[in-house]
Amino acid sequence: MLEVEGLHAHYGRAHILQGVTLAARQGEVVALLGRNGAGKSTTMKSIMGMVRPSQGQVRFEGRDLAGREPFEIARAGIGYVPEERRIFTELTVMENLDVGRRPPRPGQQAWTEERVFALFPSLGAMRARPGGRMSGGEQQMLTIGRTLMGNPRLILLDEPSEGLAPVIIERMADAILALKRDGLTVLLSEQNLHFARLVSDRACVLEKGQIRWEGTLEALMADEAVKQQYLVA
Amino acid sequence: MFENLLVQGLSGLASASSLFLVASGLTVIFGVTRIVNFAHGSLYMMGAYLSWTLVTALPRGHLGFWGGVLVAALIVGVIGVLIEVLLLRRIYKAPELFQLLGTFGVVLIVQDVALMIWGPQDLLGPRAPGLRGAVEILGVRFPLYELFLIAVGPVVLGLLWLLFHRTRWGTTVRAATADREMVGALGVNQRMLFTTVFFLGSVLAGLGGALQLPRESVNLQMDLAIIAEAFVVVVIGGLGSLPGAFLAALLLGQLQAFGILIFPKITLVLAFLVMAVVLVVRPHGLLGRPPASAHAAHVVEPPYPPATPLVRYLGFAALALAVLVPPFMGEFALIVFTEIAIMVLFAASLHFIMGPGGMASFGHAAYFGLGAYGAALLAKHFAAPMELGLFAAPLMAGFAGVVFGWFCVRLSGVYAAMLTLAFAQIAWSTAFQWVEVTGGDNGILGVWPSAWAQPKLVYYYLALVLCVGVTLLLRRAIFAPFGYALRAGRDSPLRAEAIGMDGFRIRWVAFIFAAIAAGVAGGLFAYAKGSVFPTYMAIPRSVDALLMVLLGGVQTVSGPIVGALAYTWIHEQLMRSFDLWRLFLGSVIVALVLFFPQGLVGAAQRLTERRK
Repeated sequence: MLEVEGLHAHYGRAHILQGVTLAARQGEVVALLGRNGAGKSTTMKSIMGMVRPSQGQVRFEGRDLAGREPFEIARAGIGYVPEERRIFTELTVMENLDVGRRPPRPGQQAWTEERVFALFPSLGAMRARPGGRMSGGEQQMLTIGRTLMGNPRLILLDEPSEGLAPVIIERMADAILALKRDGLTVLLSEQNLHFARLVSDRACVLEKGQIRWEGTLEALMADEAVKQQYLVA
Repeated sequence: MFENLLVQGLSGLASASSLFLVASGLTVIFGVTRIVNFAHGSLYMMGAYLSWTLVTALPRGHLGFWGGVLVAALIVGVIGVLIEVLLLRRIYKAPELFQLLGTFGVVLIVQDVALMIWGPQDLLGPRAPGLRGAVEILGVRFPLYELFLIAVGPVVLGLLWLLFHRTRWGTTVRAATADREMVGALGVNQRMLFTTVFFLGSVLAGLGGALQLPRESVNLQMDLAIIAEAFVVVVIGGLGSLPGAFLAALLLGQLQAFGILIFPKITLVLAFLVMAVVLVVRPHGLLGRPPASAHAAHVVEPPYPPATPLVRYLGFAALALAVLVPPFMGEFALIVFTEIAIMVLFAASLHFIMGPGGMASFGHAAYFGLGAYGAALLAKHFAAPMELGLFAAPLMAGFAGVVFGWFCVRLSGVYAAMLTLAFAQIAWSTAFQWVEVTGGDNGILGVWPSAWAQPKLVYYYLALVLCVGVTLLLRRAIFAPFGYALRAGRDSPLRAEAIGMDGFRIRWVAFIFAAIAAGVAGGLFAYAKGSVFPTYMAIPRSVDALLMVLLGGVQTVSGPIVGALAYTWIHEQLMRSFDLWRLFLGSVIVALVLFFPQGLVGAAQRLTERRK
């Protein structure tokens, strides 16, 4: 469904992505692991077109999207949930969801506000609350809900567990598994190995802008050498 | 007495309404696109002219008048879309000053186009059918049309509120105002959004202009007059805030209505003074919020390379020419050369705060003009000789730099540009309105050099020595530790402060240096021309300086010098050979902004770099 091949990206003169190659199949949850600064967020932003890739391909459902603008990539069916959440703080929960709304594909069950509230019941209790007056966990739910309103077939989840309380993290994991059951494909960037293990089928380990290791989570957990080399801070 | 106050207050409200129409468009456009649209006043003027044409051509009556007004506003909306698609769309990522400058180019173009179509004379429109009469309020007659205008402001505010809170388009616009990149990642086509927002803003400006038709004559000065006020309103209210703009328009309308009663001499100063106070107390305006700068791309400028041998040779060659050739030139050429020397210093002084300082100034003419007035006032009121006058010029400009700079260097980006503009307007209106001291619009005449410097050639050498000397001093400061500290503060203010630099003080000192240098230029200019006028401090003069710096390239050290040479020459040629020089200059500005964002020297550097 998603194939990223030889993706390079620069910030000014800094060469951040140095040929990232990864793939996600329909309905899969793939975890993108790695330390701070390994290039996880940049990979997501490059797929999304928010950082212009200097080289490489991003194929989604057979179309090459590299070099396209973010709105075109979003309309092609990729949803992006940023690490900083970027809720519209002046807009209410309902309005935030409204901004994300996009028409569904034929045959796709469309996301509605009610369906988002069924996934994240606590949001349903604060429909008229401005985004700026919500807790971190609530904002995380809202930013995911907002992206789902666009009826994406793949979502890029950038560190959804960051800064959240353990109880909320578990609820977040349940939500991701529910989305997976609905057939959504997820590319998840994580530093929290425990969380990644709860939800992911496969892991790609990023270090200095390249994928260094790929495999199942079980294999990763068993491989002390890889964990030591690329993941332990 | 009370009746008069009431009537005064009511006309203040009526002015506030039209001001709000213009300011609301400006603020909505800024909120989403982050562009401060100088051409917004031109759209307002077009609204007035177009409605004049339509209303006088259409049959008299309600339909003819109101239909004409609405159609004019819609046509202005379409013109706004054209400006957005052809120009602004290409410069959304450019620095703020480029955007201001690019839209100022549009102002110039529109001025000449309007002159060609409608001619130089003031045009009077018909009065509004059904609203011709007056009503009696406490025994005083008050025009019905003014009452209608008072109602228009709140009604438009209400409609806009509904549009922004009850439609999906409005919600999206508000979201984009906060974080437009995120809105794009959610699948919203920003281009379409920006264009529609620009259409709305332009229609509002056009409507504001069209509704002026029964109130005042339509003329070619409407654009800059309204844009200065609209800037003040938008900045006081908080850029991007509609209720803020409404509040500020009310405030300004009343201030001007009553200011005329209390301080008839300083009504113009009053508005800008209020703006300066508001900006210092609330740097983002009454109801504004700090911009979401966390997501703005921050460009770190590359360090300045020391002059290469080639640049040095070129510099020496130019200087040798400047010294050796003039004795063989005629008087007119000497005058032009003197002016060029002065402009080089003027440009270099602005570059000092813009380039290494990273501060946006849209009002640098204030210090140039204050230098000129410093010399001229001494000459007029105390019959001081030139030597004293040339000493007073930098002193006066430097003093203004101390006071104005203390406010300006606290702000950054658009707000700083607006505040520098406000101070320049204060200086300008003081010179314009304080007739007893400054001679007002007639200026001060008879500011001649001392006898020994009367020959044009001697005066040229005097100007050359002073201008080259001060320019070299500024250049020396850029490469001194002070200049390093200034650039450190520009590129990463937090880090610079963390290692113990007092960023505020460094920027303030730089601002004062720049003001002093501009003052020297202004003083020399006064004696070169023999007279001073308020236009020395007006917006176009500030734009001249900006153009010189940007033409040469902001982030190069030699840029302002090359820019001043090129600009003064082009300007001289244009004024001499074209009647429509504004149209031409405006097109040059737009082309510069579109195709040479690094300036001439920047473009040359790129070329030589590529060759390596």
